[in-house]
Amino acid sequence: MRGKISRSKSSAKHTHATIGMILPLYIFTLIFVACPLLYMVALSFATPGEVHGVQWIFTLDNYRKILEPVYLNTFVQSFQLAITSTLFITLIGYPFGYFMAKLPAGGKKKAMLLLMLPFWVNSLIRLYGWIIILQKKGLLNFVLKKLDLIQKPLKIMYSYPAIVIGMIYVLLPFMILSVYSSAEKLDWSLVEAARDLGASKAKAFWTVSFRLTLPGLLSGVILTFIPSMGLFFIADILGGNKVVLVGSLIQDQMTRGNNWPFAAALAVIMMILTTLMILLYRKVTNAKEVEGLG
Amino acid sequence: MSDSFLELKDLKKSFTPGEYVLQGINLKIEQGEFVTLLGSSGCGKTTTLRIIAGLEQPDSGSVWLEGKDVTNLEPNERDVNTVFQNYALFPHMNVADNIGYGLKIRKVSKADIRKKVKEMLELVQLEGYEKRKPAELSGGQKQRVAIARALANNPRVLLLDEPLGALDLQLRRAMQLELKRLQKKLGITFIYITHDQEEAINMSDRIVVMNQGRFEQIGTPDEIYNHPKTSYVATFVGNANILKGELVGMDGTVAIRSENIILDENCKQGYSAVVKEKNFAAGQLRVLLVLSDGTEITASRFGMNANIQPGQQINWYFDLKNAVIVDNAKGERL
Repeated sequence: MRGKISRSKSSAKHTHATIGMILPLYIFTLIFVACPLLYMVALSFATPGEVHGVQWIFTLDNYRKILEPVYLNTFVQSFQLAITSTLFITLIGYPFGYFMAKLPAGGKKKAMLLLMLPFWVNSLIRLYGWIIILQKKGLLNFVLKKLDLIQKPLKIMYSYPAIVIGMIYVLLPFMILSVYSSAEKLDWSLVEAARDLGASKAKAFWTVSFRLTLPGLLSGVILTFIPSMGLFFIADILGGNKVVLVGSLIQDQMTRGNNWPFAAALAVIMMILTTLMILLYRKVTNAKEVEGLG
Repeated sequence: MSDSFLELKDLKKSFTPGEYVLQGINLKIEQGEFVTLLGSSGCGKTTTLRIIAGLEQPDSGSVWLEGKDVTNLEPNERDVNTVFQNYALFPHMNVADNIGYGLKIRKVSKADIRKKVKEMLELVQLEGYEKRKPAELSGGQKQRVAIARALANNPRVLLLDEPLGALDLQLRRAMQLELKRLQKKLGITFIYITHDQEEAINMSDRIVVMNQGRFEQIGTPDEIYNHPKTSYVATFVGNANILKGELVGMDGTVAIRSENIILDENCKQGYSAVVKEKNFAAGQLRVLLVLSDGTEITASRFGMNANIQPGQQINWYFDLKNAVIVDNAKGERL
């Protein structure tokens, strides 16, 4: 009896301690994440002030405005750029991550270090580095000319390809790491079993290796697709306002446009789109986990 | 050229320069034979199997299957299938898709695949498990699926790499009998790897004892157990005592199994020794003796004997027919 009582006391203490530890986290999240989000949603239904500021009169105009061709086009362009970037990132990142997982232990460490190195430098500074490489009298044109591959310097800077290059550069590591982590877990004896049972190298890859690294590939797609819709500074620095992304539009409406409710509405739509994508990803990968892929 | 069903010719393999995993092995196997490669880990038995499967290339030497040199063929181009040590079942496919994998690759019609899968499941007594995922199977069931998957391809040779290693003792014994039954029924050549001498003796037509990348002895279970040619075979397979022949008035090195050493507490006949230890396990009394030259040998017999105590003098002897002279031809092995 005695033991029982003291035990229940200690468990009560335990739960108090747990709550005490978790509570600050909840409060922090509430104040700095939930409240601003709610404020943003509320703002998206408010009326913009005559000159600046907000009038708290309910309206759906902000959302209606998004359907105007100019703004709708921004969404379409953002999506197109995100799809293009993600496609290239997948084509480069998947084989990279896959073969990295096949390296011997020492090689893996070195590859990982090289991959992480750029993260120690601010991404804006790294993007300015790309200007030096891509500009008219830049490194790339210099080398190509020296090699007699081109007569006139290529105009890459401030063009669509420059933005895509920037996106690939910034987001590629996320794809590589994601594919790597799932290829690392792959049991290579399964590939041998497939070969032994009559599959060619390509067939064994497709039916076994690829299928089993698919979750890594999909999470890599999510990790690159979502940010590539919002990384407006890449488009600004390398694209010179040739392409307006949703991210830049939101920033523009907040600052120069002074239209916070419209910016909020755009942000809400972006959030809904990305949430939908994550839900879709969860559904696909959960199904895979049930199949024994987890 | 090769007139055997399966022949290994002078296979050599090293993974690190100068260290040979296989030091040039030769083996001829007849169709329908159950051959076991027996040896401790690192003796090269798995490498031999992988070379036959095509998963590993030998540095030199060749593999011949039905008169054809298959050394340079890809694994998918050989009529050889493997049951892997860890089963290597595809986790994303159900049992039926695992078993039908090889047939699907060969573009066999769906109806025929279904028929074959059903037949294979009956063979390994797993009817009704088609839709299960490997994660939902027990170790023994995974083992059966792995065997069914390999057999579904109708291989000329089935390679089994310690297939029962992960199973508990009881299940292992049952599976030994079942595998032997399967092999007899199908008439397929089995090449089986194990480090368990009982398993090798129970199942094989012939046993190949391997040690450090060489074959110590090739023979029937009876030959290997009763007539070991080297001290390694005598100790590894028969747990025999190895002693210098001159101690017992014989030439060369002599192997005597512990159950053939008879103790005489009254010190009347045989050779003298000192009891070092004794223990009792599985109904057997095991006595460790130290001989006059310091060699330690073990004598075993059924039943307890309270009279034998560590430190006491004791005599021992053996029947000459139970002593085998090993390592006769010095340095020369098979």
